Amino acid sequence: MTTPTVSAQRLARVFVEIADTLVDEFDLIEFLQLLAGRTADLLDASPVGLLLADQHGRLEFMAASDENAKLLELFQVQNREGPCLDAFRTGTPVVNADLSRAADRWPLFAPRAVQAGFRSVHAFPLRLRAERIGAMNVFSAQVGGRLADTDVEIVQALADVASIGLLQERAIIRGERLGEQLQGALNSRIVIEQAKGAIAQARGVSVDEAFTLIRAYCRSNNLRLGEVAHTITTDLSSIPELSSR
Amino acid sequence: MAAGMQRLCSAAGRALSASGTGLTVMAEGGQRGVTAASDAATERLEELQLTLGEGPCIDSFESMSPVLVPDVTDGAPSRWPVYVPAVHTRGVRAVFAFPLQVGAARLGVMDVFRADTGMLSPDEYTLALTFAEVAVATLLDGHDNTGTGPADGWLDDPLGSRAELFQAQGMVMVQLGVSLAEAMVRMRAHAYVQDRRLYEVAADVVARRLRFDT
Repeated sequence: MTTPTVSAQRLARVFVEIADTLVDEFDLIEFLQLLAGRTADLLDASPVGLLLADQHGRLEFMAASDENAKLLELFQVQNREGPCLDAFRTGTPVVNADLSRAADRWPLFAPRAVQAGFRSVHAFPLRLRAERIGAMNVFSAQVGGRLADTDVEIVQALADVASIGLLQERAIIRGERLGEQLQGALNSRIVIEQAKGAIAQARGVSVDEAFTLIRAYCRSNNLRLGEVAHTITTDLSSIPELSSR
Repeated sequence: MAAGMQRLCSAAGRALSASGTGLTVMAEGGQRGVTAASDAATERLEELQLTLGEGPCIDSFESMSPVLVPDVTDGAPSRWPVYVPAVHTRGVRAVFAFPLQVGAARLGVMDVFRADTGMLSPDEYTLALTFAEVAVATLLDGHDNTGTGPADGWLDDPLGSRAELFQAQGMVMVQLGVSLAEAMVRMRAHAYVQDRRLYEVAADVVARRLRFDT
């Protein structure tokens, strides 16, 4: 018997906060980060990541509750194999997969995840009507970090919110289509990686530290991550606070 | 390269049942650049939207996303009031515009024109994006490399290296004080000359084993 982790009050607060974010011109990557972060909070800080499929059906990393090079690799490995790829392909969640017994199932992914300190993993498909567009990944470092059935339903609901957010962004106003949305979203993630590299070089820090600097700059100036990343990659000298040591 | 781009347009046109396919290379800010097309009539269509200053191609460049117009008479006239009648009289019924870009490096747009209304099938959509990737690689390398794979080299990358490639692009951009596109050109040229994989070069840049400014 597994007791549910998620309390109703916390969940209600998260849904209200997310609804508040779904306004006209929101930043998609920030929205996905918020969603990953809040899902992680609800599950007692298990790392959570969101991946979207590109046009070739490969899963690309979009956002995470905690973004560092080690986790990024675990997400990216899953364009070859792993719980996210399984959830994406089948359209059904992978829950409570014991990583110590998953070496046969995921020979590339499982040993890396164990080495990173995780004990169990879960993955939830991102779905939009009949289409599957990606997956939400949840890691647990605890022994027997099991999700109760009610938690599974809640996390799947949060994954569904991520899918809705993808279609919401500008789509209704301009009559854009899902394919156009996804392509733009995947590209905006690339811009963030390019911006991390630019700041890492300019400041002489690691790419993980560069990302922390960029996010702190966004927060203290109330700017969107996507906009700042774009400015960094096209006109870096216009942001001396970030570009100079 | 111009001949290579034209071949690419012709191949894309055939594969996508298009009446024509064109490429427009644009400078940052949307100033017009070179065009290439499968045929002379399509080249004039490419030039037309640059002259008019509106159309799916320009919107695709600005929004950095594909712009899919399966029926130019449905909603599109109010979005592009001059462009739509102009292409309609030239027999165009559907237009699909795909940005040529890698992250923030914007190179131009690929346009697929059709004489019949209707959406691209999912397979055609995937194919169009793949042609756009090949066009980006050709533009960055400055030579025809149809068949050598897409611009960011992920087909041959090892596990989890894709983010590193983009991070390295940003690092080289700052090292050299050049544009992001120029940084990509330099990395690809380095990999080619040294006969190394692009992802290996990127990994060395991120690990600070390789610099481009020394």
